[in-house]
Amino acid sequence: MTDVRIITANSAAAIAAKLCRVQVISAYPITPQTPVTEELAQLVESKELDAEYLTVESEHSAMASVIAASQVGARVFTASSANGLLYMHEMLHWAAGSRTPVVMACVNRGVGAPWTILNDQQDSISQRDTGWIQLYCKNSQEVIDSIIQAYKIAEHIDIPTMVCYDGFILSHTTTPVEIPGQELVDQYLPPRRQVKGISDHSFMNVNPLILSDPRLGIDGKMAPGYMDMRYRLQNDLIKAIGLIKEADQEFEQLFGRSCGGVCWNYKMSDAAHAIVSFGSLASECTLAADLLRQKGLRAGVIGLRSYRPFPKNEIVKNLNGVETVTVFEKDVSYGYEGALAMDLKAGLYDSVNHPKFCSYVVGLGGRDVLPETLANEAYKAITGEIEHGWVDIKA
Amino acid sequence: MSSTYQIIWHGRGGQGAVTAAKIFTEAAYLQGFKGVSAKPTYFSERRGAPVSVHARISLDPIRTFSNVSMADMAVVLDDNLLEMVNVTSTLKEGGLLVINSSKRPDELGLNGPFSVAVSDAFQSSEEAGLIIEGNVLISTSILGPIAAASDLVDLANFKRAVEHKFSGKALEKNLLALELAYRSTRISSYTKFARTVSA
Repeated sequence: MTDVRIITANSAAAIAAKLCRVQVISAYPITPQTPVTEELAQLVESKELDAEYLTVESEHSAMASVIAASQVGARVFTASSANGLLYMHEMLHWAAGSRTPVVMACVNRGVGAPWTILNDQQDSISQRDTGWIQLYCKNSQEVIDSIIQAYKIAEHIDIPTMVCYDGFILSHTTTPVEIPGQELVDQYLPPRRQVKGISDHSFMNVNPLILSDPRLGIDGKMAPGYMDMRYRLQNDLIKAIGLIKEADQEFEQLFGRSCGGVCWNYKMSDAAHAIVSFGSLASECTLAADLLRQKGLRAGVIGLRSYRPFPKNEIVKNLNGVETVTVFEKDVSYGYEGALAMDLKAGLYDSVNHPKFCSYVVGLGGRDVLPETLANEAYKAITGEIEHGWVDIKA
Repeated sequence: MSSTYQIIWHGRGGQGAVTAAKIFTEAAYLQGFKGVSAKPTYFSERRGAPVSVHARISLDPIRTFSNVSMADMAVVLDDNLLEMVNVTSTLKEGGLLVINSSKRPDELGLNGPFSVAVSDAFQSSEEAGLIIEGNVLISTSILGPIAAASDLVDLANFKRAVEHKFSGKALEKNLLALELAYRSTRISSYTKFARTVSA
């Protein structure tokens, strides 16, 4: 019998960490992530989860301690939001550079100043270039499923993975979530395999300082230079596109549900007008597409799940033949446009198909986004000459 | 979207609106609504300040997480809020307004194209002994008038949802509070042509 519970995405994240039998948790509470830390602390306290819960004085220390635990072979978990995530920034680079398969939940919240506790995706987008895999969830079911998949992906290729979901919109909203059975999760995700580390042997035999060119390591073998190690990270991130798909396919075989691999489609088979988005906003966009279809426009949605690595080929293939592309996103690269819009336009440069392209910034700092608003703006993009805009500016 | 029924809950911080909305959505799920959601609107909320929860129940999975702009039902956990929040401005014509109050529907000074269901949730919870540190807990008794005045969710499924949340003595008290509030609901029904009062 399926176990469906009416829970928040934060509860789903905590349950996922428990089902993955994480061994070390370290986290520092910040709204809207706090309930994740509370629920996990309770699970550890009640001995329902056999893990070490390290209480620390900051997010920087939280990430530093899970990196250390991961380096000696533990399966680790942490979570943060907004300014807390930014405080981890240095350690996020370290986690990826030292090839630790840390999995964290990022409960997306706008970044201060001005201070906000409400949702947008500026926090995780601003960590785009740290070398982490970033998966975005459209609903709470994807939160529990993606965290389980994240361990599979991260531990296979030794790259940390961030599972991002919208603060309050998902984190505090109760919806039905099917809880995977522990036996099936154990089958899907066996205990972490032997530690491989930054070199091919262990974490301990890398020279204290890596030079620009290869040189003899302390074990007498040639050790790669800095750039060579970074090249491996880049190559493995690109390889991870395939791994993310495989992890999702294997998940579907066992659990009967898919998150869509690297991206999912909604009514795209005959679509002339594509809306591209990610997170819960992409779910909102499916209703906008329905509204546009009522107006006689063949609209569809591509929901991006993996933002890094960026599945350029998959998205460009899905956009083949469309007349217009409209991007909605809750982030911006200040001084230019939204991050997804820039990446997608760059991806389309290599394509033979160059659809009309329009991008919008919406919903920053918790400003409510209605499907009707998205449909109206997409309609303007399809029928007008707009290239880039901010939606629902009030003052 | 027309198959979705939308509800706005109005309460005060700490009064139980979030808990009540959660139990309501669980009961709706048990009733057979595949899509249910309850989203508290958070700002710098504090005990006693007006708060709201935006909920949806639907035969299909919920795809929108935006605020409810026009509700099919508004639930008010404290009739003092009627002076602070214009709860009827976001209620659809023909909608249902559920209020915790010791007054009768016609004493509340509410006139408009909507039905009104009133029950004294405080009294029901007090009678059931749901008092902790001087606070009367109404997150289950407020569900009574909803069950009485709408045919969305049966009382039996409200009871099942309450059974999932509580056990032992607390369960007994919560079930009693729900039943008492259900039985003492007074309804003023709106139709396009006439207003009738049933007991």
